Amino acid sequence: MEVIKIATAGSVDDGKSTLIGRILYDTKSLTTDKLEAIEKTSKQRGYDYLDFSLATDGLVAEREQGITIDVAHIYFSTAKKSYIIADTPGHVEYTRNMVTGASTSQASIILIDARKGVIEQTNRHFFINNLLRIKDVVVAINKMDLVDYSEDIYNKIKADFTELMSKRDYQDQKITFIPVSALKGDNVVNRSQSMPWYKGQSLLEHFEQLDKADIFNVGTPRFPVQYVIRPKTEEFHDFRGYAGKVYGGELSVGDDILVLPSKTRSKIKDIYFYDQKYQTASRRSSVTITLENDINVSRGDMIVKDGDLPTIDKEFTANVCWMDSKQLVPGAKYVVQHGVNKVLGKVERINHKIHPDYSGIEKNVTELGVNDIASVTFKLNKPIFYDQFKNHRTNGSFILIDTQSNNTVGAGFIQ
Amino acid sequence: MSTIKKDTSHINSLENEAIYILREVAAQFEKPVLLFSGGKDSITLVRLAVKAFYPAKIPFPLMHIDTGHNFPETIEFRDKLVKELGLELIVRNVQDSIDEGKVKEESGRYASRNQLQTTTLLDAIEEFKFDACIGGARRDEEKARAKERIFSVRDDFGQWDEKNQRPELFDMLNGQINLGQNVRVFPISNWTELDVWSYIEQENIEIPSIYFAHKRKVFLRDGMIWSAEDEVVYRDDHEEVIEELVRFRTVGDMSCTAAVLSEATTISKVVAEIRESTISERGARIDDKRSEAAMEKRKQQGYF
Repeated sequence: MEVIKIATAGSVDDGKSTLIGRILYDTKSLTTDKLEAIEKTSKQRGYDYLDFSLATDGLVAEREQGITIDVAHIYFSTAKKSYIIADTPGHVEYTRNMVTGASTSQASIILIDARKGVIEQTNRHFFINNLLRIKDVVVAINKMDLVDYSEDIYNKIKADFTELMSKRDYQDQKITFIPVSALKGDNVVNRSQSMPWYKGQSLLEHFEQLDKADIFNVGTPRFPVQYVIRPKTEEFHDFRGYAGKVYGGELSVGDDILVLPSKTRSKIKDIYFYDQKYQTASRRSSVTITLENDINVSRGDMIVKDGDLPTIDKEFTANVCWMDSKQLVPGAKYVVQHGVNKVLGKVERINHKIHPDYSGIEKNVTELGVNDIASVTFKLNKPIFYDQFKNHRTNGSFILIDTQSNNTVGAGFIQ
Repeated sequence: MSTIKKDTSHINSLENEAIYILREVAAQFEKPVLLFSGGKDSITLVRLAVKAFYPAKIPFPLMHIDTGHNFPETIEFRDKLVKELGLELIVRNVQDSIDEGKVKEESGRYASRNQLQTTTLLDAIEEFKFDACIGGARRDEEKARAKERIFSVRDDFGQWDEKNQRPELFDMLNGQINLGQNVRVFPISNWTELDVWSYIEQENIEIPSIYFAHKRKVFLRDGMIWSAEDEVVYRDDHEEVIEELVRFRTVGDMSCTAAVLSEATTISKVVAEIRESTISERGARIDDKRSEAAMEKRKQQGYF
């Protein structure tokens, strides 16, 4: 089984770090020395319980403020699977971190405080999970111990959340509700004794039974050329291999292919992984491909199956999450990095902005500020070869790079 | 010939990710270098790089920042590996930085050259104008490292601005930098200690002998086991020397790397032992215990 990456999102004090600490503790993933450090600090602070959030809030500023400000990666494994948790902050000013964490995840946990129910931030977390088309989402209703493990409260929150679901764009997203208490360990790893009315799985049980098909999208194969391998040694004198990662589907020896942008036709001659040749390269394998014909292929080009072309265009519209303090304005130019390909892009227009509380859209927008999500149309200096994000997560996404600071200032999902 | 079932095991998917990252480094930077310590993580990196660029050679040199406090087995191993693979190796010595008066040797029972490496490293980056330094750090090692990016930008002073890191989305790695900046690259960010060992086992990678159980003269301090065979490890006269069967889980500066009791004489036994272990890998590194935020502080200053 591949590694499953799970993004967690929650508001301040939802107990997200406690939840993760609890998972680590109950799966016996915390080593003695880490546990001792947690015990020591918890005692110093005068707590009468173990503060598991100390296991994850890694930066000094976070420990001082008691909040999570960046994406932290936490690793644990069971006999069945390996997990990476991308722990992201819940505050509105960290929307970009949430988008970042969700972009590399296949599943996610949305945390709700049972005492507060569905709030504006829940709305945002769900919206981002849906926008990024995370296939499997668990809504963990936490702090059930503080509401007397009430089934009524659980049902009320579930009903409120279900109302949000009716408005979602990506309807196939699978959503599971689980009542938990991270502090007491109810339904996190072990099933709760305190909520006999809940007959479902614990949080970990849920992820344990997920199959590959539950979390990965299968699309059409795309092979962006990362690097050209030319050994120029006696043994491999004429070797010209195209190194890259296969996305979306499989490629096999003998496949009729097209090289973009030139649209030159050829066939796959060999597929190498290190010094072994294979008949087929499965999705997400980092292979080296050789072609039947000696054609000019360089980094940024894309090898696709003949008859299975992406859109080749110098213009596209995308949902953009803006991540920089300097505003995005119409007319501004950025480097558009689409996979391993880079082109120059100009903001043609901002079509509309998603309302900050995610209740609707705002038109006539003249600029985007940090953490805004909006539909933006770009014009490019050269065509790129893209798919719609809903059909191809990898080939339908891009980042925006500021031409002066070189920072990554935005992320986009092509519509 | 068969299908590459590269998504069937999580070790293989981590391998695919690391190879992708190494290829991005070769494509996006002009002067990359692979920081090689002789430890299992950097040996794993070399193996991954060999695979990434086959049948061509690894298109960047290796650099060892030598504390002068290495286990002799590590240095022997390093030289053998470089020769076998026909790689270029650059060595820069912490001793030289001390002799030049750029850093001051620590003294006392907890003295270590670990922190001094930073100056030597930054000087070497400047000397060779390296724009990308590939390292074997992993996010599971330590809390501050859990927030590290795969492409981590360092400023003119080699410093890490942890609050202002570039977001990394999907597989896209932004290697664009300004003049004077460089990038630290961590291809095995998402690997755990157990993953590295499992990979070493799967690939049958040779590693220095000190990783396996061997008889060694040691002494106990602060509940940890220290080598008594090497004079750079400070030992008080009253600290009694005994012989034990031990191995090392990390091979950093000898003066701050403790051994663990072990009977694991083969890779598969080491893997089994780590699976059962209840102490984290860096639990045997005294440098991390200096304070709760020890690693974060060192990283801000330009440490690996």
